[in-house]
Amino acid sequence: MQEAMKERAKQLLADGTVSRVIGWKRGEFAYDTTPAIFETAEEIDRDFVYDDFTAANVSKYLIKESRRDGKILAFLKPCDTYSLNQLTKEHRVIRDNIHVVGIPGGPKLDIEKIKARGITGILGVKNNDYTLEIETLYGTEKMPFYEAISGKCESCKSRKHVTYDELMGEEGEIAESNRFDMVEKLENMTSQERYDFWREQLSKCIRCNACRNVCPACTCENCVFDNPKSGIDNKAAADSFEENMFHIIRAFHVAGRCTDCGECSRVCPQNIPLHLLNRKFIKDINELYGEYQAGEDTTSKAPLNDYRMDDCESSIVHERGVE
Amino acid sequence: MQRIGVFVCHCGTNIAATVDVKAVAEALGHEPGVVISQDYQYMCSESGQNLVKDAIKEHNLSGIVVCSCSPRMHENTFRKAAAAAGLNPYLVEIANIREQCSWIHREIATATEKAIVLGKAAVAKVHLNAPLTAGESPVVKRALVIGGGIAGIQTALDIAEAGFDVDIVEKEPTIGGKMAQIDKTFPTLDCAACILTPKMVEAAQNEKIHIHSYSEVADVKGFVGNFTVTIRKKARFVDETKCTGCGLCTEKCPMKKVPNEFNLGLDNRTAVYIPFAQAVPKVAAIDPNYCLMLKNGKCGICSKVCSVGAIDYKQQDRLIEEKYGAIVVATGFNPIKLDRYDEFAYNTCPDVVTSLELERLMNAAGPNGGTLLRPSDKTHPHKIVFVQCVGSRCDDSKGKSYCSKICCMYTAKHAMLIREKYPDTEVYVFYIDVRAPGKNFDEFYRRAVEQYNVHYIKGMVGKVTPLSSGKIDVQASDLLSNEQLHIDADMVVLAAAIEPDKSARPLATMLTTQMDTNDFFTEAHPKLRPVESATAGIFLSGACQGPKDIPETVAQASAAAAKAIGLLCKNSITCNPCVAHSDELMCNGCSACEKVCPYGAITYQDKEFRMPDKTTAVRRVASVNPAVCQGCGACTVACPSGAMDLNGFSNSQIMAEVDAICK
Repeated sequence: MQEAMKERAKQLLADGTVSRVIGWKRGEFAYDTTPAIFETAEEIDRDFVYDDFTAANVSKYLIKESRRDGKILAFLKPCDTYSLNQLTKEHRVIRDNIHVVGIPGGPKLDIEKIKARGITGILGVKNNDYTLEIETLYGTEKMPFYEAISGKCESCKSRKHVTYDELMGEEGEIAESNRFDMVEKLENMTSQERYDFWREQLSKCIRCNACRNVCPACTCENCVFDNPKSGIDNKAAADSFEENMFHIIRAFHVAGRCTDCGECSRVCPQNIPLHLLNRKFIKDINELYGEYQAGEDTTSKAPLNDYRMDDCESSIVHERGVE
Repeated sequence: MQRIGVFVCHCGTNIAATVDVKAVAEALGHEPGVVISQDYQYMCSESGQNLVKDAIKEHNLSGIVVCSCSPRMHENTFRKAAAAAGLNPYLVEIANIREQCSWIHREIATATEKAIVLGKAAVAKVHLNAPLTAGESPVVKRALVIGGGIAGIQTALDIAEAGFDVDIVEKEPTIGGKMAQIDKTFPTLDCAACILTPKMVEAAQNEKIHIHSYSEVADVKGFVGNFTVTIRKKARFVDETKCTGCGLCTEKCPMKKVPNEFNLGLDNRTAVYIPFAQAVPKVAAIDPNYCLMLKNGKCGICSKVCSVGAIDYKQQDRLIEEKYGAIVVATGFNPIKLDRYDEFAYNTCPDVVTSLELERLMNAAGPNGGTLLRPSDKTHPHKIVFVQCVGSRCDDSKGKSYCSKICCMYTAKHAMLIREKYPDTEVYVFYIDVRAPGKNFDEFYRRAVEQYNVHYIKGMVGKVTPLSSGKIDVQASDLLSNEQLHIDADMVVLAAAIEPDKSARPLATMLTTQMDTNDFFTEAHPKLRPVESATAGIFLSGACQGPKDIPETVAQASAAAAKAIGLLCKNSITCNPCVAHSDELMCNGCSACEKVCPYGAITYQDKEFRMPDKTTAVRRVASVNPAVCQGCGACTVACPSGAMDLNGFSNSQIMAEVDAICK
């Protein structure tokens, strides 16, 4: 796949369709890949990477990139196309300046799951017919591919691209996903259990802001948490509830706009399951206002931005919250 | 430094009986920035207002808090007082310690505590109040009347009389409404058509009145003085400008088995039809559910016989847009459906009819040409039972809890008319109470009993059973003699409850007006503002506001017209300065605010900005049209980045209030 993508990128650069390419390059470690911009064939030959670890959703970079001169080529996995559509809907990207090449998605690997087996000194990971051959400083280790796949891919919602200019590989289908299982478990807890769960999880937060910075729905010019005029910038730091408030406010701000791309949990260095907050909102919206997938299209009104005669009454929402 | 004055009102005993007003004034006196805190018996009285004015001047106040009744009651009073004393009126905050405190609490201690907290929130807010200046917006000199029954017609005539253009939107092919279906009117027994149709004609001929029949309101935007309304003119498949109403098409139409809604389905009409002889406009309409040409493309007879070529099978619904300064709602009522009243055998026996059906059966233009005959076998009924309160004053889920108000009188009218015309017919009326408060109403009812010997029996009918003999067994109890009765009737007439027209609920949403749980429109004040809705520029006429008879409807219709005229007379109205605005440096241009704005006040512009990294970027930012914005605040909560803010209710003011309450 990687070679085919490189070839196509070079062709599109050569024929002038695009002037830049956004993809991934190798980071510090073999399993580190990071989004990168390529402007020449040489750079692509040298640095372009697409492997089982390139999980990063590059659509958020297109906010700035699509406003530069010339067109940019973006390789988007199915989940990333939902983010791009949502950004298009919110007028955050200029879609016409982006040439989207849809590429098949994951499942992608989570290096933490490999490390969790006590494997250290990792030099490289190869996928040999769904058995991972992990080359380390201390020799080669093996483990089944499916035991190392990233959380966000485990509950993949769609293998279908919702927007693209061309496709590479075969188009997939919207998946039968188990993504609300954990939300249901949380719903079935008592409020004390649920409170304890979240206190424990959120108390791990170090406020690195990675979740906010990676989130394709968090695209404000000036985030409320950075803005003294918002009146909540220091609210979030008022007491030990700080991190809880930060994440709860953030979940509210992306409610109805979150496409469930899973980047927040993927990048969290403390492994907080942040996506569960967003999924709770998605599940509630689905149940109260009918099935809705943010990013599925660029024109529909989001349920929380739309008022209809048959909307459920707020009292019904209230009743659901009472145990 | 702020210099804030606090004024705590006793409202006689309304507040002072449950709230320790002295303690409230004392406690709020210690709040930051408060330089004077006083209580007084009636702050809204002239001397109370003078107290406020003097304090503003004497203490050079920068803002005031009045702890009193709801701001809907006296906010304006105190704003005017502040302005008279040289303080910007938007530096006044009201803490509602009556409706939201003293009236709903019994314990003095808790009520006082709450009043103090409400006062503290208002003080915290007034710290952040900014002086605002109200602008003006022009008034469009045209009114819209929704509904063309007697209420709508009367309102339109009165507005036109004052010299303003007025449009009537009527969903049926003709104006006239329910009154057109009624035979005679109480308590004078004059013919409904004889007094209604001249008004219909007058409306049609008045050059200031424009009738959109067979039309509906599709969308309403804007605000008082400047509404933009989209009207859907439904396809009637007949060119209104060409049709002369000659009726030849209706004679020749081969599809003659269409239930005639004007006669409530008691007889049939043709697929192309004119609802009744005096219809206004007298223009045919084709019913697409029955027309053979429209259904399967085979017929076209009406088109062939029409000498003016008015038939147009290809006609489509048309949307027209018009601007109005005032809107009057006159959507009227309908009798409830009786499907769920199996005990009265309405669905199983054709000789059990509703009162409105009886009107048609007795009407000269009705299915029997005015001779009262049983629908089943077209024979004269000799014993008729009337049942009152069918679905009215009902506790169960089947009916309405309210009194439908008109049934007692029209039932007396029916009974009297039948006894007059067919003296051999015995008439029984079963009632819970007879309610006849109105000019000449009780006398009318007494005449039915005393002069016409109508048998009034206090009690409800339990069961109506059609018998194989053709008779109907009516089982009832006579509560005064404590007897069970069986009457072998020929006909049973049910006085069905009335309810607001089904079109009212979606209309209320479009107009952002309030309704009660029964879907009657809510007036701005039940006693003092009975024909205005709480939404400025929207007025209420007739039974859409509550059950009414014709004289009351006409009185209210003229009252609503007077209110609308009062508005249309003005060249401009003062705008609300509490409108939204966007902080362009924060705005993402995401359109969330635009999507939630019910007034269409938000547009987007591409503007150049100097960015923090010293580059110039073109960004899409929201801008609010202050003349269109109504200050509802929906955008401020939809904005993910907090760029939208509302004058007078800023995000930081709300936060300060919450903080003051939670402290």
